[in-house]
Amino acid sequence: MSEVVIRLESLVKIYRLGPVEVPALRGVTLEFPRGSFTAIMGPSGSGKSTLLNVIGCLDRPTSGRYFLEGRDVSGLDDNARSDLRLHHLGFVFQSFNLIPQLTLLENVELPLFYQNVPPHESRRRALEMIEMVGLADRLRHRPVELSGGQQQRAAIARALTTNPSFILADEPTGNLDSAAGRQIMELLSSLHRRGRTIVMVTHEPDIAAWADRRILMRDGQVHTIEGSSP
Amino acid sequence: MTATSLLRHARMGVKDMLRHKMRALLTTLGVVFGVASVIAMLAVGEGASRQALAQIARLGAGNIMILSQKPAADTQPVSAQSSMLAIYGLQFEDEIRIRESLASVLRTVPVRWIRKEAWYRDRKLELRVVATTPDWFDLVNRPILAGRVLTEEDMRRRSPVCVLTEYGARRLLAGTQILGETLTIGNVPFSIVGLVRNEESSGTVQTPDQPVDAYIPLPVCRERYGDVTLVAEAGSRAMELVPLHQILVEIRSLEEVEPAARAIEAMLRRFHRQEDYRLSIPLALLREAEATRRTFNIVLGSIAGISLLVGGIGIMNIMLASVTERTREIGIRRAIGARRSHIILQFLVETSVLSGIGGLIGLLLGVAIPLLITRLSEMPTYTPLWSLVLSFSISVLVGIIFGLYPALQAASLDPIEALRHE
Repeated sequence: MSEVVIRLESLVKIYRLGPVEVPALRGVTLEFPRGSFTAIMGPSGSGKSTLLNVIGCLDRPTSGRYFLEGRDVSGLDDNARSDLRLHHLGFVFQSFNLIPQLTLLENVELPLFYQNVPPHESRRRALEMIEMVGLADRLRHRPVELSGGQQQRAAIARALTTNPSFILADEPTGNLDSAAGRQIMELLSSLHRRGRTIVMVTHEPDIAAWADRRILMRDGQVHTIEGSSP
Repeated sequence: MTATSLLRHARMGVKDMLRHKMRALLTTLGVVFGVASVIAMLAVGEGASRQALAQIARLGAGNIMILSQKPAADTQPVSAQSSMLAIYGLQFEDEIRIRESLASVLRTVPVRWIRKEAWYRDRKLELRVVATTPDWFDLVNRPILAGRVLTEEDMRRRSPVCVLTEYGARRLLAGTQILGETLTIGNVPFSIVGLVRNEESSGTVQTPDQPVDAYIPLPVCRERYGDVTLVAEAGSRAMELVPLHQILVEIRSLEEVEPAARAIEAMLRRFHRQEDYRLSIPLALLREAEATRRTFNIVLGSIAGISLLVGGIGIMNIMLASVTERTREIGIRRAIGARRSHIILQFLVETSVLSGIGGLIGLLLGVAIPLLITRLSEMPTYTPLWSLVLSFSISVLVGIIFGLYPALQAASLDPIEALRHE
């Protein structure tokens, strides 16, 4: 199998709610090879979302180490983590998270805005992505004028404009009907075929079936791993 | 942060403003009125003070005026008090001493004020007459309307000639074709040789109370009327011996005005037993007026500035609400990879654009209001350019200062928490 691009070593995450300490991750050790498509499953409270947030550099582990493409990123400061998200990671959320007052085109261009890409170049790249997800006729529409499936496709286009190596999806089909969900999964698996590393959180087994590996979380720990091993 | 990225943020900010036109307008209303009132208040203040300054400047900043004044009653010797004749005031020797002993004095102009019954054709009335020398007309700018003013030759030959003011001519019901006609002042017939424009009513420094009707040569006045004047005072009549009512002193340069004034005062103190004179220095008045003006402007400006402050607080209020309202948006931007500084910049740009637009509207309003005031009330106003620059920059500054707290608030949000926000 190919090189490991994400390595987690005994990750622990503890949330402090006043005097109470709530452990969300209790020592997770995992490896993700380049180009793999992994589904993280588990009941709510199992720590799967926390795990995705840590992998997505939105959150920092309390202890343990996280190597992203060989580089230890667990101790990076806020700016460095922002830059990693901007250049290497693409997010797809359950509730799409498009900015309501921006048009589809503006939403897709947003990451390029923060990358300081010149306007004409950013326009070109955004259009290319929008075309790929099949929304070229909806450029000037605002998110509320789009269906859930269209919104999620727009969100995927946004995640792809910066050409990141990693796509992190948090219940990408959770708010969609099965037909729209199927379209999204086809899109994700085509990205997978083109070599992107995808980590997806879901609790639906038939969605998880699209991945080539399924990790079951329970009580903040990896319970079972099924599918192709790294 | 490069200039282009700042520009792009600004463009994004403006776009965002345009999406909420009504709200933006309401938010910025405080700044609009703040800026408008700063400009308008300063314009009114400037207008008033410029008018005052112009009046003082017309007296001649390089001149010193010495006036005779009746000393306070208790300082007068008993004999003088009981007699019918009050003797006080500036002497002819004073004028000569000032002219000859001070190097900075260019020239001096002696002035006597008298009131006399006068006849013009078949009309009789009391005239206020100034007896002086030709230099008077150089020092106190009086445009000639017809004929000429007094000359050295009039002095030498003691010619009985007089120059009327517009005001005097009007009182005599004379037209402008009066040159060469005879005006009998007291019992002396004077030939009218010229007509000059009045001084403005505000020039109270030269004249005792009311406008002057006519000017005559000082030697003629002394020769024909003597130095004793009859004054009517609170119903009774008194005799006064006041040789000169006023001496105008022209000083070589502005820097020498104040030292010269001190020297003149010292000299007068030495030769006068009582304080029967008073110095009036237009330059000092000018300085005082300028100081007053500055204070006035600061006070007016600060009062108006308070409304700018209130405007700033209004903006901060709305922006704080906006941060709460847009928590999720902030979370999305952060997840996508925006740094904290990007979020701060975004909100700062938005508030500055908001207050800048408010500042611009306020600027227009602030320029229009003084024009309207002048139009409706004839109150003079003047809008200095610096007040526009100042109030506009303050409005933008207000946006930045009051936008800073909401911006920091927005940037400090935890991205995960912000994303969960509904």
